[in-house]
Amino acid sequence: MRVCALNAPRYTSSMPIQTVFKAEIERISILDEHNQFDEKLGAGLISDEDLVRLYEAMSSCRYLDEVAFKLQRSGRMGTYPQNMGQEATSLGAAYALNSDDWLVTCYRENCGLFWRGVPMESILLHWMGDERGNAMPAAHYATPIAVPIGTQMLHATGLAWASKYRGESRIACTFFGDGASSEGDFHEAANFAANLDIPVIFCCQSNSWAISVPQRIQCSAPTVAQRGMAYGMPCMQVDGNDIFACVYAVKAAAKRAREESRPTFIELVTYRLGDHTTADDARRYRDQAEVDLWKLRDPLIRTRKLLETKRLWDSSKEDAMRQRIEVSVNAAVARAEEIAAPPTSDVFDHTFAQLPPDLVRQRDSLQTHSLAGEQAVHTEGH
Amino acid sequence: MANLNLVQAINLALIQEMERDERVLLLGEDVGINGGVFRVTEGLQARFGARRVVDTPLAESGIIGTSIGLAMGGLRPVPEIQFEGFLGPAYDQICSHAARMRTRTRSAFTVPLTIRVPVGGGIHAPELHSDSPEAIYAHQPGIKVVMPSSPYDAKGLLISAIRDPDPVIYFEPKRIYRAFREEVPEDEYTIPIGKARTVCEGTDLTIVSWGASVIQCMQAIEKSNRSIELIDLRTIYPMDIDAVTESVQKTGRCVIVHEAPRTCGLGAEVAATIMEHCFLHLEAPVQRVSGFDTIMPYYKLELSYMPDASRISGAIEDALTF
Repeated sequence: MRVCALNAPRYTSSMPIQTVFKAEIERISILDEHNQFDEKLGAGLISDEDLVRLYEAMSSCRYLDEVAFKLQRSGRMGTYPQNMGQEATSLGAAYALNSDDWLVTCYRENCGLFWRGVPMESILLHWMGDERGNAMPAAHYATPIAVPIGTQMLHATGLAWASKYRGESRIACTFFGDGASSEGDFHEAANFAANLDIPVIFCCQSNSWAISVPQRIQCSAPTVAQRGMAYGMPCMQVDGNDIFACVYAVKAAAKRAREESRPTFIELVTYRLGDHTTADDARRYRDQAEVDLWKLRDPLIRTRKLLETKRLWDSSKEDAMRQRIEVSVNAAVARAEEIAAPPTSDVFDHTFAQLPPDLVRQRDSLQTHSLAGEQAVHTEGH
Repeated sequence: MANLNLVQAINLALIQEMERDERVLLLGEDVGINGGVFRVTEGLQARFGARRVVDTPLAESGIIGTSIGLAMGGLRPVPEIQFEGFLGPAYDQICSHAARMRTRTRSAFTVPLTIRVPVGGGIHAPELHSDSPEAIYAHQPGIKVVMPSSPYDAKGLLISAIRDPDPVIYFEPKRIYRAFREEVPEDEYTIPIGKARTVCEGTDLTIVSWGASVIQCMQAIEKSNRSIELIDLRTIYPMDIDAVTESVQKTGRCVIVHEAPRTCGLGAEVAATIMEHCFLHLEAPVQRVSGFDTIMPYYKLELSYMPDASRISGAIEDALTF
């Protein structure tokens, strides 16, 4: 899996021209959209029982997307980014990693977060405009949803560095889009991780579109994967709609991180089937034909086909699952909607561990002008 | 007690905190074998090893961004940004992440981080090595900003900053790194963040200042025959409003001195605070002596840009004779 030469000579006396570095990128596909399955790579990777659970996890995440879209359209929730089409990437990672490895995500990794145990209502609460949705319980080793694009990869690198510093085996896996691979912070994170030997996995959700800007504007190289190569880390391209390939790649990267304390760059080729967010209309900038093509490559469809081939699934099981999912998702929505807005003083309470005196005054009076609360005394004095 | 300059006092504070707490580590450009470009971390890599004193790639956003991750992961990183002029690339990580992490996760994640940054002019440095951006960071909720003006304060404030559960930017006025020495206890001690220091007491007028400008204020006071009180804020945010208010209520006159440009400088905040709390005590308009609202000039003219004793004396005289 080590695909780039790491110790190319920096100086050579041979003349006049000598190749000092050559590289190639491997692409990994185990279960394709035509229901072809590579037994050699795929055997033993995911048990039948787990495959059923993974399919249900993806289906549940997909249904949440449908419900969330309706919640936004009916004014019950703010802007929401659908995950549709990209469920396999983060789920594969969460499945492949240890449950106490850091999962440092962006905002299209719901499926992996739910697998980790993050409650569905937390994600809903976040998009309902409530910080409490980002109060990730320590046990999940998941960082808050990150919306500013690309900044969280440095945090992942720092988190993995902290584990290494303490001699723990915990690694970090971070997610970002192909657009984020244009951000300077990505390049700084990759450079720090590679040069300081930090055990972090960079998972790029290469989904073709950064809102309306196509991948060609983010990266004109043949692959996004080779961006990691520039920093001297092993790189691979993976069919991101193939849950087996995602698990395979992240397992390999995690092994390298744990055993060699080295980072890996994984380009997970997938596609954003929905709009960027509920505030976007993708019809303005992309062809329906392209979307239709990617619908055929949907990770849910191929996983279900394989389950049916293995006689693990049929329409009655699908119907029963659908009912279970509807009950659980609708219950999560109900729980999220039941959570009332906190008191206004809550704005202040998490600014610092201990509030400075002036912030205490602002919190207690909910005023910023200096005469607040002093008017009575002043009038009395006159 | 040891007779130390500002650099030595900071170095001593770092040694003591690193010995006391295994979670404390230093990182930045040239902080290792070279001991930092100002030699503030001199000898620390030899003493604590490359695991705890880390030379990083040359990337300020990377230094702060990974420090945030280190802090979220339970450590107490003390990154150095080589000059305040290079804070720009790290601004996003400082203000969009370090400052907000506690709030946006309802304290599920916190960022106990101390960013050391040499600040200000006066050392004949190239461009972008002499600025005073403290007000920019004081305006950002969620971070504390400190700036000592003496070796004694430098040690006590740095120890407080490292132990603080929230992010602190610790500005080191490079002009006075080696300007003078004073007695600094060898034992560890802290100076609370948010508390000003009354440098000298007086009854006729209050000067409020911080950082290297405090030295120019003392020179102006020595030349004056009036009774002048000098307050060194020491902490830029949260500002010690009570110390300023009590002093100006007593003297009725105030001159604020800082090296940063005047518009939206911290002096504006101090002046507004005095207006709010000392209105009926004021005998003269609050005066600001500051850098001009221009780009900090190259070093041939830097001494003309920064407030000196003569400009401060002029403001004192104008306020006293109003």
